[in-house]
Amino acid sequence: MDNRIVSRLTDLLGEDRVLTKPEDLLVYGYDATPMMHETPGCVLFPDSTEQIGAILRLANAERIAVVTRGSGTGLSGGSIPVPHCIVVCTVRMDRILEIDRANLTARVQPGVLTAKLDEAAKACGLFYPPDPGSIKISTIGGNVANNSGGLRGLKYGVTRDYVMALEVVLASGDILRTGTACMKDVAGYNLKDLFVSSQGTLGVITEILLRLVPKPASKRTLLATFPSIQAAAETVSSIIAEPIVPCTLEFLDRMTISCVEDYAHIGLPLDCEALLLMETDGHPLVTEEEARAMERIAREHGALQVQIAKDDFEAERLASARRSASPALARVAPTTILEDATVPRNRLAEMVTFIQKTAEKYQIRIGTFGHMGDGNLHPTFLTDERNTDEIHRVEQGFAEIFEKAIALGGTITGEHGVGLAKKRFLPALIGQVGLNVHREVKRAFDPNMILNPGKIFD
Amino acid sequence: MNRSQLSDFAANHSMLKDLDYSILQQCIHCGMCLPTCPTYDATKLEISSPRGRIALMRAVADGKLETSQTFAEEMYFCLGCLACETACPAGVNYNHLIETARVEVEHAGALDSVKRNLLRNFFLSWLFRSRWRLRFAARLLWFYQRLGIQALLRRSGAMKWLPKTWRDLEALTPTISDSFTSLDRVPALSSSRRVGLLIGCIQDVAFAHVNRDTIYVLEQNGCEIVLPLEQACCGSLHAHNGDLEGARAQARRNLDAFDVDLLDAIIINAAGCGSQMKHYDRLLENDPVYMQKAKVWSKKVRDITEYLVEIGFRKPQSDPASHGTALLAYHEACHLVHGQKISAQPKEILKSLPHYTWVELPEAAWCCGSAGIYNITHPDMATTLLERKISHIMSSGAHVLASANPGCTLQILAGLKKQGMNVRVEHPVSLLADAYRNE
Ligand SMILES: Cc1cc2nc3c(=O)[nH]c(=O)nc-3n(C[C@H](O)[C@H](O)[C@H](O)COP(=O)(O)OP(=O)(O)OC[C@H]3O[C@@H](n4cnc5c(N)ncnc54)[C@H](O)[C@@H]3O)c2cc1C
Ligand code: SF4
Ligand code: SF4
Repeated sequence: MDNRIVSRLTDLLGEDRVLTKPEDLLVYGYDATPMMHETPGCVLFPDSTEQIGAILRLANAERIAVVTRGSGTGLSGGSIPVPHCIVVCTVRMDRILEIDRANLTARVQPGVLTAKLDEAAKACGLFYPPDPGSIKISTIGGNVANNSGGLRGLKYGVTRDYVMALEVVLASGDILRTGTACMKDVAGYNLKDLFVSSQGTLGVITEILLRLVPKPASKRTLLATFPSIQAAAETVSSIIAEPIVPCTLEFLDRMTISCVEDYAHIGLPLDCEALLLMETDGHPLVTEEEARAMERIAREHGALQVQIAKDDFEAERLASARRSASPALARVAPTTILEDATVPRNRLAEMVTFIQKTAEKYQIRIGTFGHMGDGNLHPTFLTDERNTDEIHRVEQGFAEIFEKAIALGGTITGEHGVGLAKKRFLPALIGQVGLNVHREVKRAFDPNMILNPGKIFD
Repeated sequence: MNRSQLSDFAANHSMLKDLDYSILQQCIHCGMCLPTCPTYDATKLEISSPRGRIALMRAVADGKLETSQTFAEEMYFCLGCLACETACPAGVNYNHLIETARVEVEHAGALDSVKRNLLRNFFLSWLFRSRWRLRFAARLLWFYQRLGIQALLRRSGAMKWLPKTWRDLEALTPTISDSFTSLDRVPALSSSRRVGLLIGCIQDVAFAHVNRDTIYVLEQNGCEIVLPLEQACCGSLHAHNGDLEGARAQARRNLDAFDVDLLDAIIINAAGCGSQMKHYDRLLENDPVYMQKAKVWSKKVRDITEYLVEIGFRKPQSDPASHGTALLAYHEACHLVHGQKISAQPKEILKSLPHYTWVELPEAAWCCGSAGIYNITHPDMATTLLERKISHIMSSGAHVLASANPGCTLQILAGLKKQGMNVRVEHPVSLLADAYRNE
């Protein structure tokens, strides 16, 4: 990067907040997305909104691309640098500014780790529900910019449902504040929602006001296995029709079950096609009754086995079956590509079956697990990036899976974002008009195209 | 190999390039290890995180990065605490990676300086290659400590004329035991278990009583104990400092000293040594002579706490009236909890002790900063970690702290002393031995 720019940035932030050594730049070249790497021009660690404002003013005047980065755990390549860009890393803006028990809100800086917020909320008897698998290291800024989900989406929703207000630095360096601490607020356009899942393409989020909820008093956990995916899917539909709204309804297919058992030795039966992890939380009397009802429904649909956890320890053991899914698959092959095609709940069985057929057709290995309650699947491709022939078949495979998801009325990504990884599939989903509107919105916020250019769409 | 041969070798050879690539590839850069890494926690810099270090190693293996000074410094800024291995969902063998990367650094001579090379030669190629040299050096230190020279120097204020690093070092020198571990075979009192005991180096000269307590506890549990005279230092110091050849030499000497086929287990009571000894199989995998023996050895190595629980150790008896209320906490040595995944066993032993009340130590599995010779090479980071550990010990209110690694014990004792805190630090096996003696 141009020395003149580096020295101006150093004047702004101080020497230790500007990285330019090749070794330093190299390690900001990736996020958690497989097979992507690009070297930035420099990496900055601002610690205030004002500093970010000054950085963006400079970048905008000099037409230098800016890529915002939290912890770099994204799975769609959102924080992969653009060549020679400035990376703005938020990890030093990591203060929880306020937990307001009267209004049930938390005001945080973007670099706060999701788990730290959850701990702080729990210490006040409250609870922050969105729990992505990366909760221990992902940042709230990244969660908002990706609209991250988690295991509790069915009952509690996703990050968007908790964002009440945002402070955002725009490409011009101006500071926008949108949203309030009011549960009801219809003043003007709902601008804050534009920034949720914008992946750093519209502005840099510098402060977030989040909604918290009271901590549920109890939880019951069940695990059931089924002879077919249909049986599991119908169980899910019947539970929801009962009507019960469990906080978790997670699914593992046969391939995933056998990898999990190999890795975690939980004692899962291997002669089944599908496994459901079900959890209900709330008042103890209600969770007790709902757990019984879920057990009954699972049995009515031909469950091979249903276990209800007797205590927290056993609940933990059962839940570990689901939590081990992605690590267990990751150990099987050198490269794992985790996708998140999502379909309406009633098309789930069809989608899972299609994924299995696609794996056979292209002679590739895919393990599928995911959030059955909200239709969000994680077909996970087990491959080796050095095997170009196989990678080619993998790419054909996931193109077909995305097409099918769209045909079933679903989407190409339920929670990881489009980023770079799914950019080429977006037009088919949103159409020409959708694409035009995206471009107009982008131009309105960022006329010089400096914010994370080339992500989501061109 | 001499130095010039070494640099020829380095010029057309890279340890990281030779490494099985799938070990590097196993890292899916998910970042789950970041919050557990003490150096990332302190700096918030990706380069000082496990994920960042592995990315650098991979870049070297790919020929995209030189074995630069920055690379080298980063490989040694790592504590080798292996907290990242525990956190890693993908099963990355970080220990293997960091050892290989450090050999790479040494081959490339990226950190060479006259002073560093002299010190390395003294410690790795001379002092820790022979038990008798080490015992001799320890005896000199003992004279210094016992003849009042140390007290005199400390009292006279002469210490302040020493450079700061020397003063810090002086504070960390272990108090040498009056007598070292006796290397006589201990016959079984009763049953038929026969075990070998590796007496370690620091454990032997500074904590010889821990070895005596280990022998006593094993005896009490019906074991015959074999202590070969020819046994050597485990080689962890060599392996952690980029001298795998030195580590192999030590391993071979131990394989020669112990007749593994005649032993039920080889017992070790220092976490760092155990972690290393369990890897002799990998270390010697290309050695046709020792490979087979190393495999058997690695299968039979047991930490003392692990072994006691495995054989169903005898719970100490006591009169309920004499039960004490002293608070007991446990510091989890990195190379026990992360390096060997041993955590439940020492706690089971400690909770069986009648004279204590158990308290949890916050962040018990967070490195104390000792990390082999890290507290000497990186005093600032080590001190930060030590202060964190000491503040947790203080908040736990513990009167006694159990620690199963001599390096940790020394480090924590130095920290407690600096704070003027009166907390006893003991190996779990010593506390168990006391309980047996008080029955
Ligand atoms: C093991 C693992 C499990 C995961 N589990 C889940 C899961 O269950 N559910 C789920 O939804 N995701 C999951 N993810 C994906 C990922 O963790 C989330 O997307 C997370 O929110 C990313 O946070 P981050 O801090 O790492 O952001 P980064 O990856 O650094 O950034 C993500 C995107 O947000 C932008 N961004 C970051 N901070 C800001 C800011 N302050 N202002 C503007 N833009 C910003 C970046 O430019 C980028 O486009 C998982 C990832 C891993 C590795
Ligand atoms: S060994 Fe410890 S210091 Fe080194 S990378 Fe792993 S966690 Fe960090
Ligand atoms: S947790 Fe394991 S796979 Fe993930 S970044 Fe760390 S070392 Fe790599």
